[in-house]
Amino acid sequence: MLSRTADNLYWLSRYVERAEFVARILDAAHRLASLPTSYGGGETNEWASALASAGDPEVFKPHYDGVNAATVCDFLAFSPHNPSSIRSCIESARENARSVRTALTTEMWDTINGAWLELRSYEKKDLDRDAFTRFLDWVKGISLTFDGSAYRTMLRNDTYWFTRLGTAIERADNTARILDVKYKILLPDTEKIGGSLDYFQWTTILREVSAFNAYHWVYRESVKPLLVADLLILNRQMPRSFANCYGVLVEHLDLIADAYGRRGASQRLASNLLARLESEEIDRVFASGLHEFVIAFIGENNKVGAAIAEQYLG
Amino acid sequence: MAAVAFDEMTAFAGAATSPDDVREAYGQLKNWLDTTPADHFNTRRSQAELLFRRIGITFAVYGDNESTERLIPFDIIPRVITKPEWGFLERGLKQRVTAINMFLKDIYGAQECIKAGIIPADLVYKNAHYRMEMRSFRVPHDLYVHIAGIDIVRTGENDFFVLEDNARIPSGVSYMLENREVMLRLFPDLFSRHRVAPVENYPDALLATLRSLAPATATRDPTVVLLTPGRYNSAFYEHSFLADKLGVELVEAGDLFTKDDVVYMRTTEGPRRVDVIYRRLDDDFLDPLVFRPDSMLGVPGIMNAYERGSVTLANAVGTGIADDKAVYSYMPEIVKFFTGEEPILHNVPTYRCREKEAFSYVMDNLSELVVKEVNGSGGYGMLVGPHATKREIEEFAKRLRHAPDGFIAQPTLSLSTCPTFVASGVAPRHVDLRPFVLCGADEIRIVPGGLTRVALKEGSLVVNSSQGGGTKDTWVLDA
Amino acid sequence: MRIRVVHETIYSYEQPARGLIQVLRMTPRDHDGQYVRRWRIEPSVDGRLTEREDGYGNVVHWFTPDQASDALVIRVTGEVDTHETHGIVRGAVERLPETFYLRDTDLVLPSPEIQALSDAVAGAGDPAALPFLHRLMAAVHAHMAYTPGPASAAVPSPKAFEAGAGVCQDFAHVFIAAARYRAIPARYVSGYHRPEGSDAEQETPHGWAEALVPDLGWVGFDPTTGDATTEAYIRVASGLDYLGAAPIRGSRTGGGTETLDVKLRVEQAQAAPQS
Repeated sequence: MLSRTADNLYWLSRYVERAEFVARILDAAHRLASLPTSYGGGETNEWASALASAGDPEVFKPHYDGVNAATVCDFLAFSPHNPSSIRSCIESARENARSVRTALTTEMWDTINGAWLELRSYEKKDLDRDAFTRFLDWVKGISLTFDGSAYRTMLRNDTYWFTRLGTAIERADNTARILDVKYKILLPDTEKIGGSLDYFQWTTILREVSAFNAYHWVYRESVKPLLVADLLILNRQMPRSFANCYGVLVEHLDLIADAYGRRGASQRLASNLLARLESEEIDRVFASGLHEFVIAFIGENNKVGAAIAEQYLG
Repeated sequence: MAAVAFDEMTAFAGAATSPDDVREAYGQLKNWLDTTPADHFNTRRSQAELLFRRIGITFAVYGDNESTERLIPFDIIPRVITKPEWGFLERGLKQRVTAINMFLKDIYGAQECIKAGIIPADLVYKNAHYRMEMRSFRVPHDLYVHIAGIDIVRTGENDFFVLEDNARIPSGVSYMLENREVMLRLFPDLFSRHRVAPVENYPDALLATLRSLAPATATRDPTVVLLTPGRYNSAFYEHSFLADKLGVELVEAGDLFTKDDVVYMRTTEGPRRVDVIYRRLDDDFLDPLVFRPDSMLGVPGIMNAYERGSVTLANAVGTGIADDKAVYSYMPEIVKFFTGEEPILHNVPTYRCREKEAFSYVMDNLSELVVKEVNGSGGYGMLVGPHATKREIEEFAKRLRHAPDGFIAQPTLSLSTCPTFVASGVAPRHVDLRPFVLCGADEIRIVPGGLTRVALKEGSLVVNSSQGGGTKDTWVLDA
Repeated sequence: MRIRVVHETIYSYEQPARGLIQVLRMTPRDHDGQYVRRWRIEPSVDGRLTEREDGYGNVVHWFTPDQASDALVIRVTGEVDTHETHGIVRGAVERLPETFYLRDTDLVLPSPEIQALSDAVAGAGDPAALPFLHRLMAAVHAHMAYTPGPASAAVPSPKAFEAGAGVCQDFAHVFIAAARYRAIPARYVSGYHRPEGSDAEQETPHGWAEALVPDLGWVGFDPTTGDATTEAYIRVASGLDYLGAAPIRGSRTGGGTETLDVKLRVEQAQAAPQS
């Protein structure tokens, strides 16, 4: 396969995944911000944290006066200046899809192209809260349809495998970014433990990674910060956890390596990282510093991404 | 207006009033046109449009404004060519393309035809399409033009003329294939009443041709790629369509690189050596180190690899000289000189204004002639006498007088017409034909058929899609 | 005259440049007026250097470094014995028919203004080729002002003529366009020039023109200086325009911004040439 084709497939998947992530962040922020003040709503800095999780505050600053619901929603959803806004993600996804049109199935192309065409109908309007929620649901629907059509229609060869790599790298990065911004509220002693604000914060994290229900199925316990972190980092059952993303990455990197008859830096780095995640325990992570752990992971994940690019996409 | 045109359904009879007026080849078709209810045609026409958007959607989406993608109008009435007619064309095309290749070999080599006075030296040497880079080496099998699109017009039962030899990067073959695909889906019954020669094997023939050109260094399974200028090129859909049908990689400049005189493509499995490049990119842009230095679409060093024989370019560099309008006028002499035979296919009579006698004839008859600039591109340097105003003719005469060498003139031809669907029903419209000739090391292949272009406006002789032209399926009858 | 050339072209890149390819037309060949005693091209990094001849008959080297590098020096050194031939170039390698040199190019086009100049010059005296070309050279020299700069600053001849100023390539291009317009074959020549009595360091190699004069053959005209070429010139490469004879054409991927520096000395060597 041409490296350029692999590159387009990989980034197509990354952008689709990122669009959904940004939609989830916005959804969760809305939920938290609309809490009655007695629960801590409005007092929290939810919009700043959404901005930090899903965008680059440095890019935001020159274009907006202040951090609030309207500006952050506009920046994260529609801003052409923000390369990770939902709009930019959909445009970039389609641009990549267009370049590899013949490598995609009709269903995948229709999803992306349809989304790109429909995006215009959302852009110009001043969306009220309900309409904005519907918009976010629509965005989540795109990635579900796209992933579903990839899963159901693509041949299981390197074309498919490179889309999986893109999704997994992006997911791992997204989960890590949430933890990077919110690790504090998972640490003990910062607020009165078990307060309702904490509870909402924790559940917000779970909602951001669509794991609110999953949590109870996995742990059969009330929401506890340690377990929230465990779910997001080490639990292989959780689709967006570091551990599962790396399980997926290693699986598909191995498929590629076997098909091509060559292994390289990306296989080495990814399987090392997976082995470390598998032998890790969440108590130890907290003991040695949750934030440091997350920061280190982001760096490792970037290195794996760079190794994939160097080995296959350049 | 030109004289009454030859209609391919009714000859010179105008509208057919009795079955006797219909040429045999069109008998079944005429019957079908007469017996099929009008709304059935309308349904099929909209289905055709839908089909094009569906099968063609892959390509149409690449246009600039995607919500209103442009489709070249397709006419559902096929154009029919009989077996003997095709046999004649085929012989003529083979002869002509063979002569073109011998001509190119000669002007980049011994230059016998110039020494023999067949063609004036300055026509060749002063022409920008004559690439002196090609003088220092021989191309594989002495073949320069591997894919040619020869534009042919018809003016009577047995009168076929070559209008243009497209010897650089002829396009349009995707329409030939798609038109057939759509017709087969829409009118299977019509195919059961005719023995239509298949065109579907064109991609196989093209691939076989390209593989036959692989350099000696290639393995038995040479790597063939199609090089496109990219998504913003107007023919990109065809590039993508062909690469897909051929089963070869569609590459852009950035996918290729050269190292030690070898061309490689960047793949996920590492660099892969490329043996044959079907390039849909003009000479000027191929290699910024040799041609236009500002080309972002080319591959630096590709000319060096080419000259060293490690990669084959199809078509070869420098074939543009063979589709120049001034050189065209010498084609009958060129064919005779190189093949030793009388040309089977004739040129449209052409007056070379560089010749004194021709020049004074042209000056006296401007209002009846089409005058074309030889090195010009597009319509800017063209005068269509019968449609020009007096002032336009005077303006043009001034330019002609100033530089007669730069012009040729031809009579306005009365192109044949074919029954075509238009708003008012079925009516005759002017057509031309572009068959595609493939020259491999092993043989010349011509798929029976081609691209028929039709001028949809009444009386119009301009078949170009940019000026309201459409296309038709071209049926070559097998019996 | 024995002329010694030391010519360093120094490239530096912000980051290591990959996929670097350079096409060097930097090797002079003998003709009746010049004899190449010794000549070397020495790139500063390891790589593949292959020699061939282009369609014009110029010696061309293709250079590809083995590894990405952030600096590259192409060092050319040599010594050439030259003889005064009054600009007439005989015995050079000629690979193309003379009519070839009547062709327009992107850089050499006879704009109406250049045509007017050419017509005026032709009407101002003896219309025969040689006197015409001398007057043309003087006219171009008078019309245009020299602005120091790299050869890459050259623009298409109509623009250069309109600006009335340019680098030596521009002078040559305007001259060639006006000559070809009169159906006189003309070409661009790149090489070295040692100004009278000066061994000072120069900023760029030189470029001038040659035109075909009946009975004489190719004759060198330097519209930048306003004189016919002399034994102070070393002829290196020729082409339809600057691009066909450019000392270096290169391409690369990555590397960021490039800075270019030239160190050039064209000096009279100690030993006198044989008579």
